[in-house]
Amino acid sequence: MRLAAVALLILPLAAQVTHQRLLNADKEPGNWLTYSGNFAGHRFSPLKQITDQNVAKLQPAWVYQSNSLQKFETTPLVADGVMYVTEAPSHVTALDTRTGRTLWRYRRTMPDDVRVCCGQVNRGVAILGDMVYVGTVDAHLVALDAKTGAVRWDVVVADNKTGHSITVAPLAVKDKIIIGIAGGEYGIRGFLDAYDAKTGNRAWRFWTVPAAGDPEAKTWAGTSYERGSAATWVTGAYDPETNLLYWGTGNPGPDWNGEVRAGDNLYSDCLIALDVDTGKLKWHFQFTPHDVHDWDATEVPVLINADFRGQPRKLLLFPNRNAFYYVLDRTTGQFLLGKPYAKQTWAKGLDDSGRPIRLPGTFPTVEGTPVWPSVAGANNWYSPSYSPDSKFLYVATRESGSVYYFGKADFRLGEQYNGGGFRSIPGEEPWGAIRAFRPTTGDVAWEYKLYSPPYSGVLSTAGNLVFGATSEGQIFALNANTGKLLWRFQGGGTVRSNPMSYMSDGKQYVAMTMGNSLYVFHIQ
Amino acid sequence: MLWWAPFLLFQLQPTLDISEKNPHTTAADIEQGKRLYMGRCAGCHGPTGDGGKGANLAVPSLPRAGEDRALYRIIRYGIPDTEMPASLMDTLELWQTAAFVRTLGKVTATPITGNTKNGEQVFRTKGNCLNCHALGNEGGRIGPPLNGIGARRSAAHLKAKIANPSSDVPADFRLVQLTNRAGKSFRGIRLNEDTYSIQIRDFSANSHSFWKDDITNITSENKTNMPAYKDSLTDAELNDLAAFLAAEKRAQ
Repeated sequence: MRLAAVALLILPLAAQVTHQRLLNADKEPGNWLTYSGNFAGHRFSPLKQITDQNVAKLQPAWVYQSNSLQKFETTPLVADGVMYVTEAPSHVTALDTRTGRTLWRYRRTMPDDVRVCCGQVNRGVAILGDMVYVGTVDAHLVALDAKTGAVRWDVVVADNKTGHSITVAPLAVKDKIIIGIAGGEYGIRGFLDAYDAKTGNRAWRFWTVPAAGDPEAKTWAGTSYERGSAATWVTGAYDPETNLLYWGTGNPGPDWNGEVRAGDNLYSDCLIALDVDTGKLKWHFQFTPHDVHDWDATEVPVLINADFRGQPRKLLLFPNRNAFYYVLDRTTGQFLLGKPYAKQTWAKGLDDSGRPIRLPGTFPTVEGTPVWPSVAGANNWYSPSYSPDSKFLYVATRESGSVYYFGKADFRLGEQYNGGGFRSIPGEEPWGAIRAFRPTTGDVAWEYKLYSPPYSGVLSTAGNLVFGATSEGQIFALNANTGKLLWRFQGGGTVRSNPMSYMSDGKQYVAMTMGNSLYVFHIQ
Repeated sequence: MLWWAPFLLFQLQPTLDISEKNPHTTAADIEQGKRLYMGRCAGCHGPTGDGGKGANLAVPSLPRAGEDRALYRIIRYGIPDTEMPASLMDTLELWQTAAFVRTLGKVTATPITGNTKNGEQVFRTKGNCLNCHALGNEGGRIGPPLNGIGARRSAAHLKAKIANPSSDVPADFRLVQLTNRAGKSFRGIRLNEDTYSIQIRDFSANSHSFWKDDITNITSENKTNMPAYKDSLTDAELNDLAAFLAAEKRAQ
């Protein structure tokens, strides 16, 4: 024991994160090795020093102020005493987990003409071996030395002048770095890529929209698939047993004018399941065929094994931006359950195959059509959380509508390709809630109401806690079983990120960016 | 959440090649521009453009958009720190909307003939407007400040709103009434609100902050505290007051 302690003290601050460690991330809860904490998308921390009994004493241990005033959406990763955060536009900073002091920083000079719909943001890095990986707003994938931040390789994923950008945190699986693309508002041709982690050579690319002659091209009028978007801008999940990668795809382009792209528009607004070794499609499920409301299916898929109607099954849970909650069989993609979980006025329901039965009069018009949910949806890119203790799925839910406009859609390379627009519904007072769902039925076990719709995710922990945050700058902790408020703190800026937890020097910390600062909390 | 907050999710890149003059001003362009305007702009600027939540567009020259290119830019990118949001319209649609907006200024507004001197008198005395509204360095902070109001609202619009104030209250001037656990009631303008707390300013300009846990009852009155002056001012006084305010053109 004493030997181990001494070894710990002299261990250098550097990561050597193998695929085996990533597979067993739950077994080393002091670290946070991958975007969602584990491959299954749980965003659950098995740490239990901070509990429902003592969380009221939680207070800031240190604060790191970003050098950027853009949105700070990163999920920090922690490996062996070092925290890796990304800052806008695509910087990476390594911080000492005990003191919050900077160890190194990778700064990237961004061209003046990068094209992003919604800010030069980044959601985090991936770690594998002794390298840290970041996707950049100018659509490169960069591998950095985890000890120094030195660039090991830098590859072009796509041309940023044509509206491609990267905001997603990469996912490290086996010997590959999986990286998605953004640009759904620019009529890009979407894809999901895998790169060799050591060399940066591209291992495979899966196109999320077809080329001429592909069978899926029949789901697009004419050659409209050429501008079909279906971006892949939120980190997916991986199941080593099925060897499948589960990833959500974004809206078809243009967003609100569906007339130029009649058809279901595959593989927009889908969950795609790809063989991680080859990038071959095993199955897909489309949530919103022929979407005209910009309801990207770029939410984080949550993988659990549970009895479903008496049968043990491998499930995939998906609270979609379109306000329906879905349960799929993740081996086959079979639709098992779907029901609304927030106010929606666009579909009568789902048919037996999970396809929505649309209500008339819900398409965007030149004069404007009010529809619930809003363009930002009932859920969005920020993370849900699944607790294996409470067996609840926690979702930060938005209750709001939008007025949707139909507009012209003339494609010009590198310019936004929207075909309409949106605004809020006059007089509506949007609100939100953290909801605890029973995963296999979609029933709500409890709800914690928020004054306005949240734009930040949740973390559950073995301390019987759920952490979340508000658009007005508070982070809070709830009892995971009851939803009762146990602690809160005003961080001073709109929260647009996800909480995580780690351990340093044998103590548990909870971290979340709030406004332009990263707050790290502990019990003294 | 402020009504325009969702627009923050979408930001547009500036494009450089905007022509100086509107290239799309045919009758068909204006007709399409009208449809776009009615859908997207009329909610705030009014169907005839004489203002509301948004600025008065039914004026011969728009203060922020003398040139076509400036008008195009405002419609496309919005005006920072105001409620004017960016728009995701296509280039042609932006020009068509701009073409229709220009026609609003050509319509002769219902003339209001009032005496601005008398109007100021009404403003300062009988109307007691400074009790709530600021003008220059004078006045209260209960209602929206009136500096430059004449550049944003037509005289006719002002007259109508003074006679019968709108129920459409700006989010920053929402009236709330609340009771604390001790049974004491407070009424004032909502300054800020979140899941846990609310801040108000009462009619004596004192600020109060409450934890929601300490409040037994909150009522948000989505209506203005401004009296309907049709009952207390004569038509001539209303005309004078409207004329005085319509002549108020200083920078905000």
